[in-house]
Amino acid sequence: MTTTRERQKTHATVDPAEVEKFSALAEDWWDPEGRSRALHRLNPVRLAYIRDRACRRFGRNPLAERPLAGLSVLDVGCGGGLVTEPLARLGARVTGLDATPAAIAVAEAHAGAQDLEIEYRQATAAELVAEGRAFDLVLALEIVEHVAEPAVFLADCAALVAPGGGLALSTFNRTGKAFLLGVVAAEYLLRWVPQGTHDWRRFLRPSEVAGALRPEGLTVRDVQGLVYNPLTEAWRLSRGDLDVSYLLWAERD
Amino acid sequence: MVSDNLTVEVAIAGGGLAGLTLGCALAGAGLEVAVVDAEAPATALDEPFDGRASAIALGSQRLLRGIGVWRHVGADAAPIHDIRVSDGRVGEAASRLFLHYDVEEVAGELGPEPGGPAMGWIVENRVTRRALHRRAAELPTLRHLAPARVEGAERGESRAVMTLADGRRVTAPLVVACDGRNSPLRQAAGIPMTRWDYPQDGIVATLIHALDHEGVAHEHFLPSGPFAVLPLTDLPDGRHRSSLVWTERREVADGVMRLDDAAFSREIERRFGDSLGRIEVAGRRWRYPLGLQLAQRTIDRRLALVGDAAHVIHPIAGQGFNLGLRDIGALAEVLVDARRLGLDLGSAPVLERYQRWRRFDNLALVAVTDGLNRLFSNDLGSLRLARDLGLAAVNRAAPLKRLFMRHAMGLVGELPRLCRGEPL
Repeated sequence: MTTTRERQKTHATVDPAEVEKFSALAEDWWDPEGRSRALHRLNPVRLAYIRDRACRRFGRNPLAERPLAGLSVLDVGCGGGLVTEPLARLGARVTGLDATPAAIAVAEAHAGAQDLEIEYRQATAAELVAEGRAFDLVLALEIVEHVAEPAVFLADCAALVAPGGGLALSTFNRTGKAFLLGVVAAEYLLRWVPQGTHDWRRFLRPSEVAGALRPEGLTVRDVQGLVYNPLTEAWRLSRGDLDVSYLLWAERD
Repeated sequence: MVSDNLTVEVAIAGGGLAGLTLGCALAGAGLEVAVVDAEAPATALDEPFDGRASAIALGSQRLLRGIGVWRHVGADAAPIHDIRVSDGRVGEAASRLFLHYDVEEVAGELGPEPGGPAMGWIVENRVTRRALHRRAAELPTLRHLAPARVEGAERGESRAVMTLADGRRVTAPLVVACDGRNSPLRQAAGIPMTRWDYPQDGIVATLIHALDHEGVAHEHFLPSGPFAVLPLTDLPDGRHRSSLVWTERREVADGVMRLDDAAFSREIERRFGDSLGRIEVAGRRWRYPLGLQLAQRTIDRRLALVGDAAHVIHPIAGQGFNLGLRDIGALAEVLVDARRLGLDLGSAPVLERYQRWRRFDNLALVAVTDGLNRLFSNDLGSLRLARDLGLAAVNRAAPLKRLFMRHAMGLVGELPRLCRGEPL
């Protein structure tokens, strides 16, 4: 794996098979009881994490009105906009990016109906790098496990973080437990997400993410596990248990 | 036709105790709120409008204090220092085996409370209503539309639009139904109810009596149902007052309502005894049919039910208003948390958190109050002995008794932050 910017093509990281898979899911993004149920349940925990980290980084009060006012945010792999819209309500200027045209169409229609101003683009992180864009906050949530070349993708995401900015990433860990719970249980037993959504071999360990971000000038400051309680149907953060999936926060100095 | 359409974050249908309390809680946390109130303020605050008084448990008082309403209640709240539960028959002294709750028994667990130790307060509804109106007027993000009638609500995929009878429209991500036990919005949503009537009516009046009640609330179980005499604040001229809640079989209640004041007072003395001295009735009597109803769901698309719209319970334990206030504490917390995460306030995941949180508490109180009423509203010798022994046993088992007391004070279960005395 190489992260040399010169040899990168703008669509190198997009996997056409993954794009097709998510096109079929697009209309379900906003149905909380549909195939995105798990993401809807996960949303409060990851939004709180992103808000609190960003507020600490930029010296804001997370409980204030519109705590992210004025900050620019890029949501890579935004899907139907489940995270994009809340960040816009918190005051950020948000750009949502997705390789799947159907997702962008759903996201634009939904944001329009909610009177939210969000820039949605069917584009890749690499294309925005080529345009010379930079953001205070870059999000790569539940996306790196779906791209063809994770190291290139991570380098692109890192390159889009403005000086002083931060990056939040969430994904599955590459452990036996993640395979059992994230793939076998979630896809085949509980049917939370369609079968074939995840390929365990593409999962990354936190150290591998950190290794891909470091050459681009980003330092990982925090990693926390995401733990699911099937009784309360709620997710929570855990400092000790990174075995299944995790949230990671990195900063550019 | 007034063309003054509004767009807010939460549209509340109903400006009674529940609707205005929720409105004050949310607007105090910075949310844009509209409360649509069918009554003109002058009517709602007039004495004949509502003669009831409500027991306000400690957890409820903390909520009202936290949202800035309690300071407007001020000295008009009568603290309860002691609750005496007894069993008896008309014309007999109360059973000796009575249950006695004294605030000193739980004082250690409470910590210092502003206003001194109390198990709860009895406040006339019109006093609470006046305090809510005053607080609402202080909040810049609260629009109190009164008088205004809700004609209906169209609850769509991305927003709800409430239509008022005068043609105005209130648009919001969420509509909250605080529109009472016959909630038109609940009915329009087709939410099924579980309900049954008790063959009892509640007769309510204010009593003036010769002796000081010393902060003691009496709950006297008679065969026809509970007979409660609850402490109110003294009149300015120093006369002592209590609030009477007399549960009576419906056919007997007709006769009770027809008695003249003197005869009515003597009937009260026959049931209550002479511990408050000579009793006189002040002002008019009210009569309310008692029933139980519970909504099978408390949420629907962009709709949440609160207070009497969601549940009406037997007044036997004085928990109806407190249950509604815990709904309000939970919903306000769910909405404020969701807003701080940028979530859509009317979206299903947000509303589900409210429904899940409240389900157990609501069901438990329905079951407990119904069970108490069935246990006590009869004159069967065996049950009478069993409940006397039961009351005495509870009185001796300190941990069980403390649990009951904490329940009555609204301090059990997963309490909303406001009911724990914390800010939203």
